[in-house]
Amino acid sequence: MLTIAGHIFKSRLLVGTGKFASAEVMCRALEASGSEMVTVALRRVDLDDPTDDIMRVLDRSRYVFLPNTSGARDADEAVRLARMARASGGGDWLKLEVTPDPRTLLPDPVETLRATAILAAEGFKVLPYMNADPILALKLQDVGAAAVMPLGAPIGTNQGLLTRFQVEIIIEQARVPVIVDAGLGLPSHAAEAMEIGADAVLVNTAIAGAGDPVRMARAFAQAVEAGRTAFEAGAGRRQSRADASSPASGLGFLR
Amino acid sequence: MRMNIICNGKEMAVVEGTTLEELILELQLNPATVVAECDGRIVLRDEYSQVTLSQGAVLELIRFVGGG
Repeated sequence: MLTIAGHIFKSRLLVGTGKFASAEVMCRALEASGSEMVTVALRRVDLDDPTDDIMRVLDRSRYVFLPNTSGARDADEAVRLARMARASGGGDWLKLEVTPDPRTLLPDPVETLRATAILAAEGFKVLPYMNADPILALKLQDVGAAAVMPLGAPIGTNQGLLTRFQVEIIIEQARVPVIVDAGLGLPSHAAEAMEIGADAVLVNTAIAGAGDPVRMARAFAQAVEAGRTAFEAGAGRRQSRADASSPASGLGFLR
Repeated sequence: MRMNIICNGKEMAVVEGTTLEELILELQLNPATVVAECDGRIVLRDEYSQVTLSQGAVLELIRFVGGG
């Protein structure tokens, strides 16, 4: 079981709610994913379209809401968004995102650390989106992050676990859950992250952008489960020399 | 008498004495799913009916949208 800030989750797959073609497809995909925690963003209400409200379709009793601070370019903007998220009754959970560069959407480590310290002190359960930097992961834990969320690849790129080497070190050193977030494009990428011991993964684009998002959500759920089971089972040793699986003896009748 | 406020970046004329709750309902929004920031300060939901808008108030109405 996955425990974040004292809350127990059966599912190790977190799902984002962005980019879905329709609310109906989103709801069905979330259901198929088995996820218990979903991310949402905060934006200005479109006054010309007042009924366009995701809260009409998302069942709050079913999912833990993880509001993000997407769009924040520095710690101050992120803190402002976080306080708004809490005022909305979204609870204390927060996916902290500080991405000053719209081209790469890479997280600002300095501002992310600063915002994590401020928000953790205010009682938020802060899950910072971060570059896969093992030293930063330790510092984020020290200032009160409830989990760390290193990226596999830049947001929305579907490139997979490009940061595997660094994520392995983060996992080895972690005292809080490690959730690989961003860039995972295929179930095999999610399985890889789970096989090396990530506690969970967060997926959005790969599901929402799939030909059939509902089936892809199911595929990710299966991959996450398989990867976790494999991690717990303990992988066999990797070696360069061949080692026959069939007995070498008992072949006398051939020659 | 009407007065002007700025709501989500747009100038808007409202009747003097309008409360935040009245404005949210007039805009056909659900107060339960809207977060309001008035002149840079977050207004808690149970206070919507007690906050009277003043001339020139800068209001931000925010809500959850799909995001990753």
